Amino acid sequence: MASPIEQFQIKPIIPVINFTNSSLFMVGAVAVIVGGLLLATRKRAVVPGRAQSVAEVLHDFVAGTLRDAAGEEGMKFFPFVFSLFMVVFTANMLGMIPGFFTVTSHVIVTFSLALLVMGTVVIYGFMRHGTHFLGLFVPSGVPAWLLPFIVVIELISFLSRPISLSLRLFANMLAGHIALKVFAGFVVALLGAGGALAILSPLPLLMAVALMALEFLVAALQAYVFTVLTCIYLNDALHPGH
Amino acid sequence: MADPTKRNGENGQEPTSSDDANLTARLKSLDARIDQATAQRTRTTESPSRSKSDSSALSQGIRLSAEFVSGVAAGGIVGWLVDHLFGVSPWGLIVCIILGFCAGMLNLLRAAGVLKSARYDDKR
Repeated sequence: MASPIEQFQIKPIIPVINFTNSSLFMVGAVAVIVGGLLLATRKRAVVPGRAQSVAEVLHDFVAGTLRDAAGEEGMKFFPFVFSLFMVVFTANMLGMIPGFFTVTSHVIVTFSLALLVMGTVVIYGFMRHGTHFLGLFVPSGVPAWLLPFIVVIELISFLSRPISLSLRLFANMLAGHIALKVFAGFVVALLGAGGALAILSPLPLLMAVALMALEFLVAALQAYVFTVLTCIYLNDALHPGH
Repeated sequence: MADPTKRNGENGQEPTSSDDANLTARLKSLDARIDQATAQRTRTTESPSRSKSDSSALSQGIRLSAEFVSGVAAGGIVGWLVDHLFGVSPWGLIVCIILGFCAGMLNLLRAAGVLKSARYDDKR
Protein backbone atom coordinates (compact mmCIF):
# COMPACT_ATOMS: atom_id res chain seq x y z
CA MET A 1 0.00 0.00 0.00
CA ALA A 2 1.08 3.56 -0.65
CA SER A 3 2.86 5.10 2.28
CA PRO A 4 1.17 8.13 3.86
CA ILE A 5 4.03 10.44 2.95
CA GLU A 6 4.26 9.41 -0.67
CA GLN A 7 1.84 12.23 -1.55
CA PHE A 8 4.52 14.80 -0.69
CA GLN A 9 7.08 13.47 -3.15
CA ILE A 10 8.48 15.97 -5.63
CA LYS A 11 8.41 14.53 -9.13
CA PRO A 12 10.00 16.30 -12.09
CA ILE A 13 7.65 16.93 -14.97
CA ILE A 14 10.00 18.82 -17.30
CA PRO A 15 13.48 17.91 -15.94
CA VAL A 16 15.36 20.32 -18.23
CA ILE A 17 14.07 23.45 -16.49
CA ASN A 18 13.41 21.74 -13.12
CA PHE A 19 9.68 22.05 -13.54
CA THR A 20 8.20 19.72 -10.89
CA ASN A 21 4.71 18.82 -9.75
CA SER A 22 5.18 21.44 -7.02
CA SER A 23 5.86 24.10 -9.65
CA LEU A 24 2.86 22.90 -11.62
CA PHE A 25 0.54 23.43 -8.67
CA MET A 26 2.06 26.81 -7.83
CA VAL A 27 1.42 27.91 -11.40
CA GLY A 28 -2.00 26.29 -11.13
CA ALA A 29 -2.82 28.24 -7.96
CA VAL A 30 -1.75 31.52 -9.56
CA ALA A 31 -3.78 30.69 -12.67
CA VAL A 32 -6.84 29.92 -10.55
CA ILE A 33 -6.47 33.18 -8.59
CA VAL A 34 -5.79 35.46 -11.56
CA GLY A 35 -8.26 33.74 -13.84
CA GLY A 36 -10.95 33.55 -11.20
CA LEU A 37 -10.63 37.16 -10.08
CA LEU A 38 -10.44 38.50 -13.65
CA LEU A 39 -13.51 36.48 -14.60
CA ALA A 40 -15.37 37.54 -11.46
CA THR A 41 -14.71 41.25 -11.89
CA ARG A 42 -15.10 41.32 -15.67
CA LYS A 43 -18.60 42.81 -15.67
CA ARG A 44 -17.89 45.46 -13.00
CA ALA A 45 -21.57 45.62 -12.19
CA VAL A 46 -22.78 48.10 -9.57
CA VAL A 47 -24.98 45.35 -8.18
CA PRO A 48 -22.55 42.41 -8.03
CA GLY A 49 -23.42 39.01 -9.35
CA ARG A 50 -22.51 35.80 -7.54
CA ALA A 51 -18.88 35.58 -8.69
CA GLN A 52 -18.25 39.29 -8.25
CA SER A 53 -19.63 39.30 -4.71
CA VAL A 54 -17.28 36.44 -3.79
CA ALA A 55 -14.36 38.50 -5.07
CA GLU A 56 -15.62 41.55 -3.17
CA VAL A 57 -16.04 39.55 0.04
CA LEU A 58 -12.45 38.29 -0.27
CA HIS A 59 -11.19 41.83 -0.86
CA ASP A 60 -13.15 43.30 2.06
CA PHE A 61 -12.11 40.44 4.35
CA VAL A 62 -8.39 40.92 3.77
CA ALA A 63 -8.71 44.70 3.79
CA GLY A 64 -10.57 44.54 7.13
CA THR A 65 -7.94 42.25 8.64
CA LEU A 66 -5.12 44.52 7.52
CA ARG A 67 -6.89 47.69 8.69
CA ASP A 68 -7.59 46.15 12.11
CA ALA A 69 -3.99 45.06 12.66
CA ALA A 70 -1.95 47.83 11.04
CA GLY A 71 -4.33 50.76 10.78
CA GLU A 72 -5.18 52.89 7.75
CA GLU A 73 -1.46 53.37 7.11
CA GLY A 74 -1.06 49.64 6.55
CA MET A 75 -3.30 49.73 3.50
CA LYS A 76 -0.25 50.49 1.33
CA PHE A 77 0.69 46.85 1.88
CA PHE A 78 -2.71 45.64 0.73
CA PRO A 79 -1.59 44.20 -2.65
CA PHE A 80 1.17 42.26 -0.90
CA VAL A 81 -1.05 40.91 1.88
CA PHE A 82 -3.90 40.09 -0.48
CA SER A 83 -1.57 38.17 -2.82
CA LEU A 84 -0.13 36.25 0.12
CA PHE A 85 -3.55 35.34 1.47
CA MET A 86 -4.86 34.26 -1.92
CA VAL A 87 -1.78 32.19 -2.72
CA VAL A 88 -1.78 30.36 0.62
CA PHE A 89 -5.56 29.92 0.63
CA THR A 90 -5.73 28.65 -2.94
CA ALA A 91 -2.73 26.37 -2.54
CA ASN A 92 -4.27 24.86 0.63
CA MET A 93 -7.64 24.40 -1.04
CA LEU A 94 -6.17 22.89 -4.21
CA GLY A 95 -4.29 20.47 -1.97
CA MET A 96 -7.59 19.27 -0.52
CA ILE A 97 -8.65 17.85 -3.89
CA PRO A 98 -7.77 14.13 -3.82
CA GLY A 99 -4.71 13.33 -5.89
CA PHE A 100 -3.55 16.92 -6.00
CA PHE A 101 -0.23 18.06 -4.63
CA THR A 102 -0.20 20.39 -1.61
CA VAL A 103 2.35 23.12 -2.24
CA THR A 104 2.21 24.45 1.34
CA SER A 105 3.08 21.07 2.85
CA HIS A 106 6.73 21.72 2.02
CA VAL A 107 8.58 23.79 4.56
CA ILE A 108 10.77 25.47 1.94
CA VAL A 109 7.71 27.00 0.28
CA THR A 110 6.22 28.36 3.48
CA PHE A 111 9.63 29.48 4.70
CA SER A 112 10.22 31.49 1.52
CA LEU A 113 6.83 33.15 2.00
CA ALA A 114 7.71 33.93 5.63
CA LEU A 115 11.12 35.30 4.62
CA LEU A 116 9.39 37.51 2.07
CA VAL A 117 7.22 38.90 4.88
CA MET A 118 10.10 39.45 7.30
CA GLY A 119 12.28 40.91 4.55
CA THR A 120 9.54 43.42 3.80
CA VAL A 121 9.20 44.24 7.51
CA VAL A 122 12.93 44.76 8.06
CA ILE A 123 13.62 46.70 4.85
CA TYR A 124 10.55 48.91 5.18
CA GLY A 125 11.16 49.41 8.89
CA PHE A 126 14.71 50.68 8.31
CA MET A 127 13.67 52.77 5.30
CA ARG A 128 10.87 54.44 7.20
CA HIS A 129 12.33 54.79 10.70
CA GLY A 130 16.09 54.34 10.27
CA THR A 131 17.79 53.24 13.46
CA HIS A 132 14.62 54.07 15.41
CA PHE A 133 13.35 50.71 14.10
CA LEU A 134 15.81 49.02 16.47
CA GLY A 135 13.67 50.36 19.33
CA LEU A 136 11.55 47.30 18.62
CA PHE A 137 14.12 45.26 20.54
CA VAL A 138 14.50 47.62 23.50
CA PRO A 139 11.41 47.43 25.65
CA SER A 140 10.90 50.27 28.09
CA GLY A 141 10.44 49.71 31.80
CA VAL A 142 13.16 47.07 32.19
CA PRO A 143 15.95 47.39 34.79
CA ALA A 144 19.30 48.42 33.26
CA TRP A 145 21.20 45.32 34.38
CA LEU A 146 18.57 43.11 32.72
CA LEU A 147 18.49 45.07 29.47
CA PRO A 148 21.32 43.28 27.56
CA PHE A 149 19.72 39.89 28.11
CA ILE A 150 16.28 41.14 27.21
CA VAL A 151 17.57 42.76 24.01
CA VAL A 152 19.30 39.55 22.91
CA ILE A 153 16.24 37.48 23.78
CA GLU A 154 13.97 39.91 21.94
CA LEU A 155 16.31 39.75 18.96
CA ILE A 156 16.23 35.96 18.89
CA SER A 157 12.47 36.09 19.39
CA PHE A 158 12.25 38.38 16.37
CA LEU A 159 14.47 36.05 14.33
CA SER A 160 12.29 33.11 15.31
CA ARG A 161 9.21 34.76 13.79
CA PRO A 162 9.74 33.62 10.19
CA ILE A 163 10.52 30.13 11.48
CA SER A 164 7.35 29.86 13.55
CA LEU A 165 5.29 31.51 10.79
CA SER A 166 6.43 28.95 8.24
CA LEU A 167 6.50 26.00 10.64
CA ARG A 168 2.88 26.50 11.69
CA LEU A 169 1.44 26.47 8.17
CA PHE A 170 3.68 23.64 7.01
CA ALA A 171 3.10 21.43 10.07
CA ASN A 172 -0.67 21.87 9.92
CA MET A 173 -0.89 20.92 6.26
CA LEU A 174 1.57 18.04 6.63
CA ALA A 175 -0.07 16.57 9.74
CA GLY A 176 -3.57 16.92 8.32
CA HIS A 177 -2.76 15.22 5.04
CA ILE A 178 -0.88 12.40 6.74
CA ALA A 179 -3.78 11.81 9.15
CA LEU A 180 -6.24 11.72 6.25
CA LYS A 181 -4.09 9.26 4.33
CA VAL A 182 -3.56 7.01 7.35
CA PHE A 183 -7.28 6.73 8.08
CA ALA A 184 -8.06 6.16 4.41
CA GLY A 185 -5.39 3.47 4.41
CA PHE A 186 -7.13 1.74 7.35
CA VAL A 187 -10.28 1.32 5.25
CA VAL A 188 -8.38 -0.49 2.52
CA ALA A 189 -6.40 -2.58 5.00
CA LEU A 190 -9.53 -3.69 6.88
CA LEU A 191 -11.34 -4.55 3.65
CA GLY A 192 -8.32 -6.49 2.50
CA ALA A 193 -8.20 -8.44 5.75
CA GLY A 194 -11.70 -9.73 5.03
CA GLY A 195 -14.11 -11.54 7.35
CA ALA A 196 -15.08 -9.83 10.59
CA LEU A 197 -12.51 -7.08 10.09
CA ALA A 198 -14.12 -6.00 6.82
CA ILE A 199 -17.30 -5.18 8.76
CA LEU A 200 -15.32 -2.65 10.78
CA SER A 201 -14.05 -0.84 7.68
CA PRO A 202 -16.79 1.88 7.63
CA LEU A 203 -15.50 3.19 10.98
CA PRO A 204 -12.22 4.67 9.69
CA LEU A 205 -14.15 5.83 6.62
CA LEU A 206 -16.41 7.90 8.89
CA MET A 207 -13.31 9.24 10.61
CA ALA A 208 -11.79 10.15 7.26
CA VAL A 209 -14.97 12.03 6.30
CA ALA A 210 -14.90 13.94 9.58
CA LEU A 211 -11.18 14.67 9.15
CA MET A 212 -11.83 15.93 5.64
CA ALA A 213 -14.22 18.54 7.03
CA LEU A 214 -11.70 19.47 9.72
CA GLU A 215 -8.97 19.76 7.10
CA PHE A 216 -11.02 22.21 5.05
CA LEU A 217 -11.41 24.28 8.20
CA VAL A 218 -7.69 24.08 8.94
CA ALA A 219 -6.77 24.95 5.35
CA ALA A 220 -8.86 28.13 5.50
CA LEU A 221 -7.88 28.94 9.08
CA GLN A 222 -4.15 28.63 8.48
CA ALA A 223 -4.33 30.93 5.46
CA TYR A 224 -6.14 33.41 7.71
CA VAL A 225 -3.63 32.99 10.57
CA PHE A 226 -0.74 33.51 8.16
CA THR A 227 -2.37 36.72 6.93
CA VAL A 228 -3.14 38.02 10.43
CA LEU A 229 0.43 37.44 11.60
CA THR A 230 1.75 39.12 8.46
CA CYS A 231 -0.40 42.14 9.28
CA ILE A 232 0.82 42.19 12.89
CA TYR A 233 4.46 42.06 11.79
CA LEU A 234 3.86 44.79 9.22
CA ASN A 235 2.38 46.86 12.04
CA ASP A 236 5.70 46.47 13.84
CA ALA A 237 7.44 47.91 10.78
CA LEU A 238 5.01 50.82 10.65
CA HIS A 239 4.96 51.62 14.36
CA PRO A 240 8.08 50.17 16.01
CA GLY A 241 7.71 52.37 19.09
CA HIS A 242 4.51 50.69 20.27
CA MET B 1 -28.57 18.20 53.68
CA ALA B 2 -29.26 21.91 53.84
CA ASP B 3 -32.81 21.40 52.66
CA PRO B 4 -34.43 19.89 55.80
CA THR B 5 -32.91 22.47 58.15
CA LYS B 6 -34.22 25.29 55.97
CA ARG B 7 -37.63 23.68 55.88
CA ASN B 8 -37.63 23.45 59.68
CA GLY B 9 -36.78 27.15 59.91
CA GLU B 10 -39.60 28.01 57.54
CA ASN B 11 -41.91 25.78 59.52
CA GLY B 12 -41.09 27.70 62.64
CA GLN B 13 -41.78 31.01 60.93
CA GLU B 14 -45.12 30.02 59.45
CA PRO B 15 -46.95 27.59 61.72
CA THR B 16 -50.37 28.59 60.29
CA SER B 17 -51.55 25.21 59.10
CA SER B 18 -50.19 21.78 58.25
CA ASP B 19 -51.38 22.22 54.64
CA ASP B 20 -49.28 25.37 54.20
CA ALA B 21 -46.26 23.73 55.80
CA ASN B 22 -46.67 20.79 53.47
CA LEU B 23 -46.82 23.09 50.45
CA THR B 24 -43.72 25.05 51.42
CA ALA B 25 -41.88 21.80 52.05
CA ARG B 26 -42.79 20.51 48.62
CA LEU B 27 -41.77 23.83 47.05
CA LYS B 28 -38.45 23.61 48.85
CA SER B 29 -37.78 20.10 47.62
CA LEU B 30 -38.81 21.13 44.12
CA ASP B 31 -36.38 24.05 44.26
CA ALA B 32 -33.63 21.71 45.36
CA ARG B 33 -34.39 19.31 42.54
CA ILE B 34 -34.43 22.15 39.98
CA ASP B 35 -31.08 23.36 41.30
CA GLN B 36 -29.71 19.85 40.98
CA ALA B 37 -31.05 19.50 37.44
CA THR B 38 -29.63 22.83 36.30
CA ALA B 39 -26.29 21.97 37.85
CA GLN B 40 -26.31 18.69 35.98
CA ARG B 41 -27.30 20.40 32.74
CA THR B 42 -24.52 22.96 32.97
CA ARG B 43 -22.14 20.10 33.63
CA THR B 44 -23.38 18.24 30.54
CA THR B 45 -23.34 21.36 28.37
CA GLU B 46 -19.83 22.12 29.50
CA SER B 47 -18.44 18.81 28.32
CA PRO B 48 -19.44 19.17 24.63
CA SER B 49 -17.73 22.54 24.48
CA ARG B 50 -14.63 20.91 25.87
CA SER B 51 -14.77 18.16 23.24
CA LYS B 52 -15.32 20.82 20.56
CA SER B 53 -12.11 22.53 21.56
CA ASP B 54 -10.45 19.10 21.52
CA SER B 55 -11.15 18.83 17.79
CA SER B 56 -8.86 21.79 17.15
CA ALA B 57 -6.41 20.66 19.83
CA LEU B 58 -4.07 19.48 17.09
CA SER B 59 -3.82 22.93 15.58
CA GLN B 60 -3.49 24.48 19.02
CA GLY B 61 -0.66 22.09 19.83
CA ILE B 62 1.06 22.76 16.52
CA ARG B 63 0.70 26.50 17.05
CA LEU B 64 2.26 26.50 20.51
CA SER B 65 4.98 23.98 19.71
CA ALA B 66 5.89 25.93 16.58
CA GLU B 67 6.34 29.03 18.75
CA PHE B 68 8.65 27.25 21.14
CA VAL B 69 10.62 25.18 18.64
CA SER B 70 11.20 28.20 16.41
CA GLY B 71 12.71 30.10 19.34
CA VAL B 72 15.22 27.35 20.05
CA ALA B 73 15.92 26.88 16.34
CA ALA B 74 16.54 30.60 15.84
CA GLY B 75 18.88 30.56 18.85
CA GLY B 76 20.72 27.60 17.38
CA ILE B 77 21.13 29.30 14.01
CA VAL B 78 22.39 32.51 15.63
CA GLY B 79 24.80 30.50 17.79
CA TRP B 80 26.13 28.58 14.81
CA LEU B 81 26.67 31.84 12.91
CA VAL B 82 28.43 33.41 15.93
CA ASP B 83 30.71 30.36 16.16
CA HIS B 84 31.58 30.56 12.50
CA LEU B 85 32.05 34.32 12.35
CA PHE B 86 34.05 34.78 15.56
CA GLY B 87 35.57 31.33 15.98
CA VAL B 88 34.47 30.87 19.59
CA SER B 89 33.13 27.35 19.08
CA PRO B 90 31.34 25.90 20.99
CA TRP B 91 30.47 28.77 23.32
CA GLY B 92 28.34 30.72 20.86
CA LEU B 93 26.13 27.73 20.27
CA ILE B 94 25.80 26.93 23.97
CA VAL B 95 24.94 30.46 25.06
CA CYS B 96 22.67 31.18 22.11
CA ILE B 97 20.70 27.96 22.45
CA ILE B 98 20.05 28.82 26.10
CA LEU B 99 18.97 32.31 25.07
CA GLY B 100 16.93 30.75 22.30
CA PHE B 101 15.22 28.61 24.91
CA CYS B 102 14.32 31.81 26.77
CA ALA B 103 13.07 33.41 23.55
CA GLY B 104 11.02 30.30 22.81
CA MET B 105 9.47 30.47 26.28
CA LEU B 106 8.73 34.16 25.72
CA ASN B 107 7.06 33.34 22.38
CA LEU B 108 5.11 30.54 24.01
CA LEU B 109 3.85 32.71 26.86
CA ARG B 110 2.85 35.44 24.43
CA ALA B 111 1.09 32.99 22.14
CA ALA B 112 -0.73 31.38 25.07
CA GLY B 113 -1.81 34.81 26.27
CA VAL B 114 -0.13 34.53 29.67
CA LEU B 115 1.91 37.62 28.87
CA LYS B 116 -0.84 39.95 27.73
CA SER B 117 1.21 42.12 25.43
CA ALA B 118 4.42 41.99 23.43
CA ARG B 119 5.53 45.28 25.01
CA TYR B 120 6.51 45.61 28.62
CA ASP B 121 5.24 49.16 28.99
CA ASP B 122 1.77 48.13 27.82
CA LYS B 123 1.60 45.64 30.62
CA ARG B 124 1.61 48.25 33.32
